Amino acid sequence: MRRKMLSVAALAGGAALVLAGCSGGGGGDSTETLTVLIGTSGDAETAAVTAAADAWSAESGVDVEVKVAANLTEELATGFAGDDPPDLFYMSWDQFQTYAGNGYLESYGDDLPNAGDFYPTFRDEYTFDGEFVCAPKDFSTLGLIINTDMWAEAGLTDADIPTDWESLTAAATALTTPEHVGLSFGQEYARIGVFMAQAGGSIVDGDEIVADSPENLEGLEYVKSLYDAGVLRFPAEIDAGWGGEALGAGKAAMVIEGPWIKGIEGDFPDTNYASYELPAGPGGPATFSFTNCWGIPEGSPTAEDTVSLVEFLTSDDQQVEFANAYGVLPSSEAAAQTYADSNAAIAGFVAGADYAVTPVAFDGAAAVTSEFNARLADFATADFASILADFQAQLEAAYADAQ
Amino acid sequence: MVRNNIRGGEARAGWLFTAPAVIIIGVFLVLPIFLAVFVSFSDWNGRGSPLGNAELIGTDNYAAVLTEEGLSQRDFGTAIRNNLYYVLGVVPLQTALALFLAVQVNRRILKGRGFFRTAFYFPSVTSSIAITTIFIFLFAGSGAVNGIISWFGVDGPNWFADPSGVGHKILGVFGVGAAGPLADGGMLGLSWYDWLSGPSVAMCVLIILAVFTTSGTFMLLFLAALQNVSQEVQEAAAIDGAGPFRTFFSVTLPLLKPTLFTVLTLGLIGTWQVFDQVYLAGGGDPGKTTLTPAYLAYQASFENLDWGEGTAISFLLFLIIVTFTLIQRWVLRDRDAGRSGLRREKRAVQRLRADAEAAKLGGNADAGRGIVR
Repeated sequence: MRRKMLSVAALAGGAALVLAGCSGGGGGDSTETLTVLIGTSGDAETAAVTAAADAWSAESGVDVEVKVAANLTEELATGFAGDDPPDLFYMSWDQFQTYAGNGYLESYGDDLPNAGDFYPTFRDEYTFDGEFVCAPKDFSTLGLIINTDMWAEAGLTDADIPTDWESLTAAATALTTPEHVGLSFGQEYARIGVFMAQAGGSIVDGDEIVADSPENLEGLEYVKSLYDAGVLRFPAEIDAGWGGEALGAGKAAMVIEGPWIKGIEGDFPDTNYASYELPAGPGGPATFSFTNCWGIPEGSPTAEDTVSLVEFLTSDDQQVEFANAYGVLPSSEAAAQTYADSNAAIAGFVAGADYAVTPVAFDGAAAVTSEFNARLADFATADFASILADFQAQLEAAYADAQ
Repeated sequence: MVRNNIRGGEARAGWLFTAPAVIIIGVFLVLPIFLAVFVSFSDWNGRGSPLGNAELIGTDNYAAVLTEEGLSQRDFGTAIRNNLYYVLGVVPLQTALALFLAVQVNRRILKGRGFFRTAFYFPSVTSSIAITTIFIFLFAGSGAVNGIISWFGVDGPNWFADPSGVGHKILGVFGVGAAGPLADGGMLGLSWYDWLSGPSVAMCVLIILAVFTTSGTFMLLFLAALQNVSQEVQEAAAIDGAGPFRTFFSVTLPLLKPTLFTVLTLGLIGTWQVFDQVYLAGGGDPGKTTLTPAYLAYQASFENLDWGEGTAISFLLFLIIVTFTLIQRWVLRDRDAGRSGLRREKRAVQRLRADAEAAKLGGNADAGRGIVR
């Protein structure tokens, strides 16, 4: 009997130990080490962020651990559900409004001494309910990226660089051969949408959804005209995962991508390319900008330290360092200018920042956008007017829910 | 009193021995299910524990995907449609293929049976992620499959990027288009025309993939059952004059019915819950034609932070699986003889009677001839 009691006690003790071990981190020691969760584009980015965090650690005496998430959205969601979110994390542009709307994020933007240095567009993007929530980490814009060898082969010169839709059609036609198409970009709102914007269209105008405007239709129809002429093919149709791969593998002569195009140099070191501003449409120049911000969980006990870490990470010098390391553009105007001056290859992307708009991103818009993308999947036979009408109706419903 | 003491001790010991299992199942299975039921009726947004951070909002989450017109309903309808075609494609094919393979490797004359058994079972023990990745390469626009097809002068489709539905292609042959009589009405936000889309080309690849990976497992179940079918029954059928096909369909297959039930049930459950292939093939791409309820639940919860809606979809999926299993049980229920069986029985009796008459008339020499026939 005694032995049984003993073994039961041992079992219970062991179980308690195991459970305690599993729940670790929830205790009062959370001020000791800050956890930074990032979704990385590659080793270069991980190394750069870790180095920056270590530099701040040495300065402030607070330990920082940079963790790389395999699936950032998933790991953030489980972290928040378990009441144990990371102290600082990458917050993506398309999820920001969803997170802010659900009260996940601490509004610290206005406490930053360098709050005024950021591009006003990005401050607006990360403003929720009138408060500047989180600091934009960096940004990217879309540009026209041209394979320079194919360009020369087709007998085109600098004078032919597309500046409007007409010259874009001409260049794409000249660059289309049996081996490769002239132009390629992702079959999604985040790429096709720039043509809608170039035609003068927009999605949200003040408090009103204006997705089914004739300008948006004109943009889609222009893309269709390129498609029908056979000079535009989407990456999946030419066996590429994304635009960069199509360009690198020589399947497309021009693509629309951002500064992350730098990443193809590892896989396709022999592809020579140059990037330019996107051509302007009848409604003027337009491009999309994408940013991430540094998110801090609402009510975080370590907020004081993390805000100081964010200040360090978004300082002009540090941002230029990040830009050099992995190709993003600094979110502070002064730093972006410094970087563009020293790096002519990305000047086109930085120039785009002056007129770039952010893709529609209020809470619930992501689901509507993915429905829009799904409807565009059948591009050759799609009825754009009815797609835009549905897009309008679904956005209106989502917008009403979000308010 | 004595009896009480003995039994009492046994009960305590019994509880003690089952305690670990009860605790583990309770904590990791039963409690989470109850919590999920609670979440599906609440507005929990994923911050902190659902208990204390969420309010009950009635059946709003279920209404959003079932009755309220909107994107959630349309997505749910699309996911159900896609998965229905997936189930209709996979379950019959994998069952038939598994049975066929099992019969082949069970034959005594076959040389190297061990090798074939292992070979057919191999896809089942390989991770589905690995196989899906390989399939994505095989079925790429310029992949191996299209390469082989092109030997026959056929230009293969761009499999994983083709959202066009097989059903729509067939309807197109008969001149029925999106604007036809099927454009009106419908269910769950999709018109009848949308419902009749059939599996998309991309979904067909996932169907082939599932048949390829799972038929090995089910072959094993059939093989075990086949080895239980006694040789005497087969011999008796042969003596009665039944050929190999007759023996298989009238003797072997009825004996395999319990296994068939297991295989169909497991197949139905597995196919309605398909997730990993969809996750890897692009999360519903192309054009949401590979979206399934399991993936939709994941997306609603983790990406849109609509945890209530996500769990509501999961429970609707649970109901669908239970319903289909019950239907399947009813179809395969034990009957002494089905309608065709009764017909056959009647014919046999008539034949026997006629033979008996003939024997009476023609003398004893021919007696019994008809019975052996």
